[in-house]
Amino acid sequence: MKKRLVSVLLCTTMLATMLAGCGGGNDSGSGGGGDDAPAEKGSAEDFDWKNCEGTTINVMFNEHNYSKAVISKLDEFEEKTGITVEYSSTPEGNYFDKLNTSLSSRSGTPDVFMTGAYQVWEYASAGYMEPLDDYINDPAKTASDYNFDDFIPATVDSLRWDLVPGHAVGEGSQWALPMGWELNNLAYNKNVFEEKSLEVPTTTDELLETATALKEFNGSGSYGVAVRGTRDWATIHPGYMSLFATWGGQDFAIEDGKLVCQLDSKEAIEMTDYWVKLIKAGGPSQWSNYTWYEASSDLGAGKAAMLFDATSAGYFQNFEGASDQSGNIAWSTIPLPEGKTEADMKANVWIWSMAMNADSKNKDAAWMFLQYFTSPEYMLYSGTEGASPDTPRQSVMDSDEYKETVGSAENYLESIAALSENATIQFTPQPYFFECTTKWAEVLQDLVLTDKYESTEAAMKQLKKDLDAVVVDLEVSE
Amino acid sequence: MKEQNKNSAAVSELNVVPFKTRMRPYLIVAPALLITIGIMIPFIMSIYYSLTSYSFRLPNYSFVGLKNWISILSSAGFWKAVWVTLRYAFFSTLFEMGLGMGVAMLLNNLNNRFSKILRVALIFPLMVAPITATIIWQLMLNNSVGIVEKFLNIFGVYNFPWAAGASTAMMTVVMIDVWVNTSFCMLLVLAGLQSLPKSPFESAKIDGGSPWFNFRNLTLPMLKPSLYIALLFRLMAALQEYAIIFGLTKGGPGDTLMNLSLTSYQTGFQFQKFGYALPYILVLWAFINVVAKQIVKRQRAAQKQAAGLEE
Repeated sequence: MKKRLVSVLLCTTMLATMLAGCGGGNDSGSGGGGDDAPAEKGSAEDFDWKNCEGTTINVMFNEHNYSKAVISKLDEFEEKTGITVEYSSTPEGNYFDKLNTSLSSRSGTPDVFMTGAYQVWEYASAGYMEPLDDYINDPAKTASDYNFDDFIPATVDSLRWDLVPGHAVGEGSQWALPMGWELNNLAYNKNVFEEKSLEVPTTTDELLETATALKEFNGSGSYGVAVRGTRDWATIHPGYMSLFATWGGQDFAIEDGKLVCQLDSKEAIEMTDYWVKLIKAGGPSQWSNYTWYEASSDLGAGKAAMLFDATSAGYFQNFEGASDQSGNIAWSTIPLPEGKTEADMKANVWIWSMAMNADSKNKDAAWMFLQYFTSPEYMLYSGTEGASPDTPRQSVMDSDEYKETVGSAENYLESIAALSENATIQFTPQPYFFECTTKWAEVLQDLVLTDKYESTEAAMKQLKKDLDAVVVDLEVSE
Repeated sequence: MKEQNKNSAAVSELNVVPFKTRMRPYLIVAPALLITIGIMIPFIMSIYYSLTSYSFRLPNYSFVGLKNWISILSSAGFWKAVWVTLRYAFFSTLFEMGLGMGVAMLLNNLNNRFSKILRVALIFPLMVAPITATIIWQLMLNNSVGIVEKFLNIFGVYNFPWAAGASTAMMTVVMIDVWVNTSFCMLLVLAGLQSLPKSPFESAKIDGGSPWFNFRNLTLPMLKPSLYIALLFRLMAALQEYAIIFGLTKGGPGDTLMNLSLTSYQTGFQFQKFGYALPYILVLWAFINVVAKQIVKRQRAAQKQAAGLEE
């Protein structure tokens, strides 16, 4: 009996200590975001890169040039801060599945992860993302030379959202910080165009004609224009969405406090019909397996004459030694549909960014990582030597080194300058983004490869119905 | 009378089984019971969650009754997924069993150094994880860098779409499955063949039975138990197949390869609707359960029959 009593007592004590241990360490409000109550701020003297020495943080990267640049500087970061970084790097096709699973387990791992702006709509809504404003504005946590205002406004604003479905980005909390931003345009192999004495297409009709004419330009298997085609969101957001918006299409509109899908509009149907024709006439034979890795490497291998995708996708094939065709690639803008002018060009924006897990147990160390790898100094490295051309920082863009390195790519900076006039995220922010774009990509694949639908119009009408059903439970308050 | 009472009390006291002895049967089955409970918990939880709006995205969830089930069972996507699942399982199992049996019989008839080397080499695919095999095949089938394209070019075939074509995608995934798993069937059949008794075959030889007669009346009935085992394993796995399809096309092009497993994964992990993802997998589980029971029943009958032949 005595023994039992002792063991019960011991168990109770153990449990009590465990519970007490779990209670601490919740240093900043998680997930809530955007509250106006000013956080208690320390003074700049309290800031030291060594403040989190001895901590280990876990980072999840998508396999990309941006992450390669970060990984190459990890040693310097570890030395400067005394923080140990563990990381994993996953190819894009599976990256977000893996991230979804990790975040939803709410275990606090990873502490920092790569994300895009569209993912904010899902992850921040679910409470997975830590709002960063309190860190950025706290001189005790952020180095004095960080200079947040140096970010190009469009890049940081796209990562700011008030969590209301249907509301545009730019208001609310800062959920992530940009690593680089991508617009979408036409890249082409200038040697091929010279050899065949072809003009670079500036209208959609010319693009279709040129892509058709370039079929097998370099032997069997070579083709006119590379675009993505896998069954997921990644197929919709680059070239397709940019041309879709330029054409006058819109994904959703708010009607009576509800999101209503607009994919059955005249513009949406016309544009999609055009896109299907373009892929059939001048796209890759294994289009439905194409991610940006395949699409851009075909341009680099001289197998595709054009690439309608992210600005940087072509750039990665062009710098010295990167591919078979390095140095031969040049850039244009978005080919215009009939009746549209340059002022109507609407490039869709993609921003690879980094965010902090709201469940992280090492938030201050995670912030050290975030600020180091978005600092002006690091961004200059990644924008030039790190081969991540689309820098989100104005100071880097203005630097001579950047102008010299990136400016040497033919018409690259000029094209970006022209596109950035109207460039923004062309999607309507809402948390069912992944589901909607996956269904959208599925319909595109069906249109290109099967006879499932009578016409593009029938397909888009069905898609509209399906997407309306997906977002039906979203309330759009004003 | 008093004395008697006293006696019977003493006797019943003697008859009391000690606590430890009484608990013994329970203790013996306890590990099995624990494991059973461990196995059943996820099942019961998943049945419960399939009746809720459970989602990682939402802080709370509510009980929605059969709403998920009704909505899924009345959607075209579900029936398409059932059709894809059945087609995939049928074709991959058919080819694996057919090829596996053929190769095993050839190897069984040969007995030289070459066949010994072959026996080892043929099980190499089994040592590769299916997802790895899929990635290797994906590279081989790529039209830009793949070796298969170069090979087909010799015969004048260019740009065969493989997994990227709506009509060729199913064939491609089945082909990879067959590549990975045929040797599994072959191994089981070969083991079955080698354990067959010699005497019936010798008698048949003396009586002048044709090879076809021997196969139909001797080999096949005696081999049936092994064949059913191979069928059981392969059919179950093929009905659940996930890795090869996901690795190759993620279920595309369109919804060509969206079977029940993939649809469930996509709904649960990509769209984060768990309550809505579970009915797919529960239907699959129930179906597999029924099929497996049937095969096991037949396997037992075949075993009895084979044993009868042996006597």
